[in-house]
Amino acid sequence: MNTILIQILGALATILLAFIVGMFYGGAHRKVIARIQNRVGPPIYQNFIDVLKLYSKETSINHGVMQHMGPVFAITASITSLMFVPILTDGNWFSNLNFSGDLVFLVYMMVFGSLGMALGAGQTGNPNSAIGVTRGLSQMVGYEIPFVMAMVALMTQFHTTSITGMIAVQQQSGTWLMFSNPFAFMAAIMAMLGMFSYAPFDIVTAPAEVSSGPISEFGGKYLGMMMTSGSIFAFVKLALFVDIFMGGASNLVVLVIKTFALYMIPVLYGVISPRYRTEQAITYFWKWPLFFGFIAILYAAF
Amino acid sequence: MYNDKNAQTIVDYIQNFTRKNSLFMLAYGTGCGAIELPATLTSRYDAERLGVRGAATPRQADLLLITGYLSTKTLKRVIRVYEQMQDPKYVIGFGSCTINGGMYWDSYNTIKLLDKYIPVDVYINGCMPRPESVISGFQELKRLIAAGKADGAKKYKENLEWYRENQKKVLKNWPLVEYNW
Repeated sequence: MNTILIQILGALATILLAFIVGMFYGGAHRKVIARIQNRVGPPIYQNFIDVLKLYSKETSINHGVMQHMGPVFAITASITSLMFVPILTDGNWFSNLNFSGDLVFLVYMMVFGSLGMALGAGQTGNPNSAIGVTRGLSQMVGYEIPFVMAMVALMTQFHTTSITGMIAVQQQSGTWLMFSNPFAFMAAIMAMLGMFSYAPFDIVTAPAEVSSGPISEFGGKYLGMMMTSGSIFAFVKLALFVDIFMGGASNLVVLVIKTFALYMIPVLYGVISPRYRTEQAITYFWKWPLFFGFIAILYAAF
Repeated sequence: MYNDKNAQTIVDYIQNFTRKNSLFMLAYGTGCGAIELPATLTSRYDAERLGVRGAATPRQADLLLITGYLSTKTLKRVIRVYEQMQDPKYVIGFGSCTINGGMYWDSYNTIKLLDKYIPVDVYINGCMPRPESVISGFQELKRLIAAGKADGAKKYKENLEWYRENQKKVLKNWPLVEYNW
């Protein structure tokens, strides 16, 4: 009974932690962009104000059932994949379901939110949504391949598909996997640039081209739900990368430092880059990241 | 104090605080005024530090900025866009053209007073208003929101017949459905 209570409270605490950290990282993203453009920028808690306002807006649009379900799918997928990622290497509070889900399941689960959102956006009937969805799915085909190749390389090299198993490998050998298999790390980091959809890969929600793409018909509470889901999912991706490549984190301070350092890679790469076209983005992923993925598999095999 | 119907409750206070500090702006660049907005939003004047941010579509926007004159043809689109926005929503009339027609005061094809067609919360006068005045207009709107007085959308719903009558006077062959929110 007591363990079940701790698990439920721990799950709630994990969601809250992911939401707060993701929101602050979003604020830091806006602040970094502003400082590089020599502006003052919004306060770092600006995203909390935005989300609160969006949740307090009225919504009186109805395009059908899937339009209401799309944001729900997105937030469900974010929270589900959050539950399967080990947040801390030890301690009871944040060990949600990470013993029962492996890397293959997680790679599958991380796509689910985008697919749900694509269904929701498809029902709104807005042509910009349709273009945004096709762009998003094409980009997903681009970055999923090097990402999966990097993961397969790690799985074959260390003979485990479990994330906790990979953390255990790193704790035993004493070196992080980003040094044990650097090519897999490079392929995965380049795939992560696409996963975050920041510039130059923000072709899905390009406001000037497709007027924010899939979310163009979603305002108010739906937009708030998507912002919530996006910040939780950003934390999921960062925590996953920290677990796999950087040896996990033993407490929250280390976790925040490591995830923030990792988060700055797509942010800083983005602020100095203009937007790619769709085919440029896909060919980007199918050149060097794919090459590094092949090298990583060869490195793991021999 | 407890029996005052107009007093703000704590929920109103929090809602108004978030609403005034997070304005998603849809800039409807009808006239020459649109050229002042890049300067307002980018490095020099940086409206984002005040919480003002561009929105891509009417569904996501809180604030409709009408920059400059409106011909009767663009008025149709503005009404459509305004009615697609979700409550609470605000309108800023930007430049002299939205107040009295400005330099188009005797034109056969532009409207003279925007407030007759959609409810305007704040006017920014000038031809052109510089980015400083645009930012002061944002601050004035924030003051109205904090006091709970930016209720243009409520006025529009209550006096819909009056606004429709005015709109139909200038728009022959009424192209829209009666209300398309």
